[in-house]
Formats: sequence, structure tokens, C-alpha cells
Amino acid sequence: MNTQTKDLVTWRALNAAMHDILESTPEAFVLGEDITTWGTGGGTYGVTRGLRKKFGSGRVMDTPISEEVLLSAVSAAAARGTRPILEIMYSDFSFLGFDGIINQAAKARYMFGGQFDTPLVIRSNGGSGIGKAAQHSQSLETLFAHIPGLEVVVPGTPGDAYGLLRTAAASDNPTIFLEHKNQYYDRGPVDFTPIPFGQARIAREGTHATIVATQQILAYSMAAAEELAAEGIEVEILDPRTLYPFDMDAVYASVGKTRHLVVGHEAVRDYGWGAEFVAQTVEAAWDKLDAAPVRVGGARVPIPYSQPLEEVVIPSKDDIVAAVKRTLA
Amino acid sequence: MTTFHAAEQGLAGLELMAKIREFERRMPLLSDEGLIRGSTHPSLGMEAVAVGVSLALRDDDAIASNHRGHAHTLAKGADFGRTMAEILGRADGYCHGKGGSMHIGVKELGVLGTNGIVGAGIGIATGAALASKMKGDDTVAVSYFGDGASNQGVLAEAFNLAAIWKLPVIFVLENNHYAQSAAIEDMVAQIDLSRRGEAYGVPSFSGDGMDLAEVYELASAAVARARAGEGPTFLVLDTYRYLGHMAGDTEIYRSADEVEAAKKNDPIEKLLGQLIEQGAITTEGWEAMTARVFAEVEAAEQFARKSPFPDPAEAFTDVYAKETQG
Ligand SMILES: Cc1ncc(C[n+]2csc(CCOP(=O)(O)OP(=O)(O)O)c2C)c(N)n1
Repeated sequence: MNTQTKDLVTWRALNAAMHDILESTPEAFVLGEDITTWGTGGGTYGVTRGLRKKFGSGRVMDTPISEEVLLSAVSAAAARGTRPILEIMYSDFSFLGFDGIINQAAKARYMFGGQFDTPLVIRSNGGSGIGKAAQHSQSLETLFAHIPGLEVVVPGTPGDAYGLLRTAAASDNPTIFLEHKNQYYDRGPVDFTPIPFGQARIAREGTHATIVATQQILAYSMAAAEELAAEGIEVEILDPRTLYPFDMDAVYASVGKTRHLVVGHEAVRDYGWGAEFVAQTVEAAWDKLDAAPVRVGGARVPIPYSQPLEEVVIPSKDDIVAAVKRTLA
Repeated sequence: MTTFHAAEQGLAGLELMAKIREFERRMPLLSDEGLIRGSTHPSLGMEAVAVGVSLALRDDDAIASNHRGHAHTLAKGADFGRTMAEILGRADGYCHGKGGSMHIGVKELGVLGTNGIVGAGIGIATGAALASKMKGDDTVAVSYFGDGASNQGVLAEAFNLAAIWKLPVIFVLENNHYAQSAAIEDMVAQIDLSRRGEAYGVPSFSGDGMDLAEVYELASAAVARARAGEGPTFLVLDTYRYLGHMAGDTEIYRSADEVEAAKKNDPIEKLLGQLIEQGAITTEGWEAMTARVFAEVEAAEQFARKSPFPDPAEAFTDVYAKETQG
């Protein structure tokens, strides 16, 4: 088990988490397509590298391309006392097995009166930015967050990736763990301790406006903050880290200080999770706002392939700067 | 081994295979240059399947392809320049740059798209065949998919539906022995995949996917059955891909020796040998053909490179039939 803080890229942080989970949890096992002999020996982004060598083919398993049965089977495997971690190569492919996730795993505990837990983790990635086009670039976190029974995790830093994956594996609920495909090589400190769900992280302190953002849009927001600071506008940035459970108290506290709210994500803006954060703030903390909140999100289009097209449908740093100025105007 | 008696068709097939190979050979180079985004999956070595099946089809027949779909699209008659332009994300591409390598559709040729979702084309071709039946025309639909895709559940549902409704669909499984890094031996217990068709009442045949004549004969028989209202056919064609799964593949899952051995069974060399034996082509004729092929594909590449990128405003069109205000 790792202990001392280290600087790691995201995929290595995730790899360390997978390692530590398999080592500490005998019931845990890992399965997915091409997770042992693809790329450099650990799937598309290296996350499972070296695990089969260490833990054997009984606990780290390549599967056929059969998302439908896998997403359904992990639900029952979990209900019968194991702790599966299923890698879905791209979250877009989870659609093939939505019955398994949504009608089975998410509801089993409730439907059967609390008799069963389904402690499974579905690890996958979402997001755009590298020309993977409409069927490999969607940001589906809102869709999953809408489903009662699921926990939804969206790590935005290597440290959070490690800590939240440890918590996901320990959770007795089905957890959707969505990495961002453009952040596997981001570097940052990892301190190898689990991070509880439902606790937002203050990524930057500020006084004039609050930005709530995740993953790639969180990174763009940090860049936007620099630009705004040069003009004397100090934004506070919150990373919710988990979209269910989610930390509204942190949002209320921050808005109490800044009195302005901007919410940003890569998922389609309309009907997106940002709307939920805005609605809850307006309902519960209307008196803390000096202006209408502003949402920044993906355009309501599938992700196009060609670079000039892809660039305009994903929110940019400039869109975030403009949104902050709009709420402050 | 079957041989081509129709020399003319053999020559056309040879030239088309050579053109597709030249086109696909350029993919990793363009990718290394940074001109192709995302992923692109060339099909060097697998030309005989796409060409052999296409020779048995009409323009108004439909195909549904997969991620490795350039050859299927080109063999169905797509323009090489416009296909390449799409792969480079340009305005002159068939989908004006919105689709890219994995999402090329050509309505006028019945190309219902290459597809980024493994197995999706199986259901799509079944639906195209349903349309043929509903409309009462005699068009047929082909689904091309891999050995890996055959493990998707949709195959079972499609086989059954096509069989009970006698849909004019031909399921073409290109067994290139790998699904990304997964060897077929590790992923299926019954290696004779054609038995899956039989189990559902879909007549099934296995064949040499490196032999154009054999592919053509199997496909022609299946097409005839479909047009006559006799229902679906399942063809399992043995083939091999020479390059990695996609541009950039490290190929740690197979040996160079294995790849070299497979190349000894090359479909273009095989057909060329057959045609020379029949006196349908000479060595000089073949040289002239390869020069012509090179020039044509080079022109296609230049066309694609010169094509402009789409206007960013295009990103917001075509979401709905009637543009809806957001
Ligand atoms: C539903 C789905 N699952 C996984 C993938 C990732 N993927 C793309 S191609 C591929 C292998 C496909 O193998 P096969 O069907 O045999 O076709 P081949 O690549 O050999 O031509 C995989 C796993 C995907 N695109 N879609």
C-alpha cells in the first residue's frame, strides 16, 4: 500500500488506487475489454497496467465485447458478495447495458426492501477535446446523476482520482466513476488516502463570484480566474467532485461570501447538472444572491469530429470569463 | 479454391482492392502527420471481403459498417477524395467533417454509416432489410462486423428477427482473429462461429476471406436468396489485418512472425496469380494498373488536403430536421 504523498499523472494515480483496492479488498475484482494486453499492457489509458501480473487472471479479467451482459452481471455478482470494478472503455458504450445499470443495479436495494447491496464500481471516461467524435466523446454524468440509487463521481485532479476511487470501491452502492479522457496525463499531488463523497473542494479562494465546475471546465475555470484576477475580479472555484451525493452546503457558504454564481460543465448545458445546482441555490439561498446565476455548458449538439467544429461546442475559458462578467454586470 | 471465370469482374476487383489498399496504407502516415483526429482503423489485408461482397451488390442496396469501415464504404462506390476529406475533417467530406473516420455515411450509395459502436451495424442492417420488406422492393442489406462484435447481444436478437421475418439481410462476419488486443480463441468457446447462425435458423457458410472469387460467390448466392424473399444469410469469412487495430497500436498482443506468415496468403497477390494464370492480365498490365491506382489515390489525397475546414457555424446545424431554437 502506498503512503507518502507523490506527484503523479492521473492514470498512475488511478492505477495506484486499483492496486491498493485489490490488495486490501479480497472481494474486489477487475474486469473489462482489453484491460491486460492493450496499449502498454493496461487498457486504453494504462489504468490497469501491471495488475494482472500482480493479482493474477482470476482477479483481473479481459472480457468479450459484451457490455450488455457485463453491466447486468456485475449487479448480481455484487449482490452475491463480491465487489466488481468494471471498466467500460468509453462511457458512451454503457448505453448498451443501461438495463443492467439502471433497472437492475440502481434499484435492487430499493425494490427488494433493502435486502441487497450492489457494491460495484463502473469506471469509464467521458468528455471531448481529442477528436473522438459523437460516439466516443459524450459527457454523461448528468444522465447518471438523474438515476436514484447511483452514486456519480467526476474526479478533476490526480489526487481526487485516487482518493475518490478508493471510496467508490468501499461504497456499498453502485458507483459510476467517470474519468475525463483529456486529463489522464494531468499531473498533481496524490496523498493516497480515501476522499469522502459529497464534499466539495475549494480549488481557489475568491470574493467576487463563485464558479462551480468539474474536470476540463474546472481547468478552464482556473485559467479564467487568472485572467479575471488581472482585472481585479477574484473568483472562488468549487469542485463538487461527486454529483451524487453533492455538497450544496459548500455552494451556499461560498455564495454567501461572493453573492454571485456561475456553474460550468462539459455535459450539454440544457437539462444539465448545473441547472440542479442553480435551482437548489435559488430555492434555498435566494437571499444570498445579488444577481441571476449563469450556466455554462456544452452546446445541445452531438460532439462533431472536425477540430473547428468540436472547439465551438465545448465551453472555453473565454466563455467562463464572459459568464462571470455577465453575472457581475 | 474457386477461381474467377469472369475475367472482367476479376480485373475490376483487383483494381478496387489495390486502390483500397493504397488508400488505407496512407492512413497511419496521415495520422502521424496529425491530420487525423481521434482514432482511425485501417484494413490492410482485408480487402477481399469488402470488394467481393460489393461486387455482388447494386447501388441501391444498403450496407451498415463498423469502425473499420473505409474499405466497405469505398467498395460500395464512395468517392475516394470525399471519403479521405471526411477522415481529415474537411468541408468536402461526405459528412462535412462532422463524422470523421468512424462515422462516414453516404445516402445515395446506401451506406448507412461506419459506426463507432461495436455491433451496432448488425441491428442497423436488419432495420434496412425491414424497410426493403415494408416497401416491397428487392433491395438487400449487408452488415459487416468483426469476430469481436459477434459477442454483442444484438447478434442474437438480429438473427432471430431476420429469420422469423425472412428479412433480406446478409450478415458478414470478418474474422480477422483479433478484437483490439483480444484473440478470438480467448473470447469464444465455440470457434466455429457459423454455428451461431444455424442455431437461429439463419443459413450459414464459412469461407476464405482472402479469396475474392470465393467471397464473391458466397455473397452472390446470399444476395440471390435475399432478393428472392428467402431471408437472411450468415457468412463467416476468415481474414487477417496486417496493421495494428488502429494507428498507434503497440501490437504487444501478437508477434511480427505471425503477421508475416499471414501476409503469405495475401488476397491481392492471390487474385493476381489467378488472373495471370487465366491470361486475363500480364505483368506489364499489373504494373500499369498499380501506377494508375497510385495516381488516383494520390489525387484523392491532394483533394482532401486542399479541402477547407468547415465553417464553425456548421457545428450547430443538422441536429433536428427543423432547426429548433435552444
Ligand atoms: C460497444 C463498444 N464496445 C467497445 C468498443 C471499443 N472497440 C472498438 S473496436 C473494438 C474491437 C472490435 O473487434 P472486431 O469486432 O473483431 O472488429 P475488428 O476491429 O477486428 O475489425 C473495440 C473493443 C466500441 N467501439 N464499442
